[in-house]
Amino acid sequence: MMITLRGRKVVGGCAEGEALVTHDTISGWGGIDPMTGTVIETHHELRGVSFKDKVLVFPGAKGSSGWSAAFHLARIAGFAPKAMIFNVMTTKIALGAVVTRAPAVTDLDQDPLTVIETGDWVKVDGDRGVVEVTKKSPL
Amino acid sequence: MRLTDQEKAMLDGSEGPGKQKAMDLLVRYGEALGAERFVDVTNIAGVPGSSTMFLQNYYKEHGGGSFEDVFSRFDLDSDESVPFPQVGGNCCHLQGGMDPELWREQGMSREAFEHQQQDEAEVVRHGIKVLKTCTPYLAGNMPAFGEHCAWMESSAVVFCNSVVGARTNTEGRESTSAAMLTGKIPDWGFHRDERRPGTHLIQVDVPVESVMDWGMLGYFIGDAVQENIPVVTGKLGQPDLIRHKHFGAAAASSGGVEMYHIVGSTPEAPSLDVALGSNKPRGTIHYGPEERRRVYELLNSSGRSLHVDYVMLGCPHASLEQIGEAARLLEGRKIRSGSSLWLFTSRAVKSVADLHGYTKTIRDAGGLVMTDTCSAIGRMLPQGTKVVALDSAKQVHYLPAMMGIEAWFGSTEDCIQAALTGRWAGEL
Repeated sequence: MMITLRGRKVVGGCAEGEALVTHDTISGWGGIDPMTGTVIETHHELRGVSFKDKVLVFPGAKGSSGWSAAFHLARIAGFAPKAMIFNVMTTKIALGAVVTRAPAVTDLDQDPLTVIETGDWVKVDGDRGVVEVTKKSPL
Repeated sequence: MRLTDQEKAMLDGSEGPGKQKAMDLLVRYGEALGAERFVDVTNIAGVPGSSTMFLQNYYKEHGGGSFEDVFSRFDLDSDESVPFPQVGGNCCHLQGGMDPELWREQGMSREAFEHQQQDEAEVVRHGIKVLKTCTPYLAGNMPAFGEHCAWMESSAVVFCNSVVGARTNTEGRESTSAAMLTGKIPDWGFHRDERRPGTHLIQVDVPVESVMDWGMLGYFIGDAVQENIPVVTGKLGQPDLIRHKHFGAAAASSGGVEMYHIVGSTPEAPSLDVALGSNKPRGTIHYGPEERRRVYELLNSSGRSLHVDYVMLGCPHASLEQIGEAARLLEGRKIRSGSSLWLFTSRAVKSVADLHGYTKTIRDAGGLVMTDTCSAIGRMLPQGTKVVALDSAKQVHYLPAMMGIEAWFGSTEDCIQAALTGRWAGEL
């Protein structure tokens, strides 16, 4: 089945891929290893998990002001996520999404952290602010 | 976004390609935020043009690895290199990658050192002040109340908003570099009156006096409120600059705190009512003995072996008083053979520490006072480090995860004891 969520553009463009969902906010610098695209924060539920080529679904950004530079570096090193979907707007995530150059949306009409599960197939249309979710298993 | 004529001129290239690329990035960033306009900023702190060997080599293989190449393509997120003019206004460079004299001890190569020296010369040539610290407010850049700033470095940002009452969001490398060229930043978040009042009430039910306790309280609050704005009341002594520094750095690490109010202490919180404005917090978060113990255990959760081989002090960069305290605790004593103690500060503060003899006292005991960086920023440890002792909740948050080592958290005195004995004996 397919679920459609509508929100607003953060970064334009279209991308699709497998969802990687976390209910923990993500730290950039010191929270991820840009050279492997992996979360490294000690108490994080995704510790050791790679977001490369995933549609990253998360509450938002926290921690160091090096957030954008860490994701920017991950893009250059070839380990960036394909798209980003998040709930809470901050300067870290806004700038980080811009320089990651991955389609990104926020302010969705349903909570993406509830609707989307890791492994679902997710299509993000950044320009229209539309997210289409194909569930991996029937609800 | 609605642009002024001046901003439009920058965006259309009338003021040169550097400002055009900078404005293009700032417009993309402002639109991502949902900002409607820009605000003029007069105080900008970032890390313009700095590059690791990886970045430098990457750009070298993809068109050019000069300072201006890195600045254009990384900092301004431009697909082409553009000339980078002298900056206007009050711009400074925050922390760097290694100590300018003790880089060998830090395990850095001559190649990396020379590369950093070249970058620094470019920073100077472009009119950016080389403060090389995460505490610019201790090293010659103290903003004024109400001043609009564009700062990086989460611990400096939270200090700027909360303790000084100046206005900045947590900017990133790219936005600060673009602001250095344009003097603009999106008028969003903490630049605006409506974002500054507190959102969450914190009641402190256990006495918080020591620097260590202020760090733990900050770590607790950051985790509890995430990116919100805590208003703290209760059993608090009057915090000094060092306590604010450790509290804010911790709250900005465990959460995303960019501003806090301490009623009767910080400038936008003369009373609880003023601190909250029209916000009506739901409930009160309590910090008592139980919470205090849990934070302590959380901060010590990576520690296993009591054999400490490294003590790192100076996160955020030590003030003169903190270096003096370390010198007093180390005077006439010797760090255990096989252990290391590195204390990090800014060049400005170190020059005074040198004058007071603190640097020499620490060196005579076997420790080193270093500038520009820290173990986390520079990803540097004394050779063979397995277990570190730290007096900073922020550094505990980052260093074990980044470097794959164990860490103990305690007071500065606990840490120095560990350096002298090689054993961790800290307790709450």
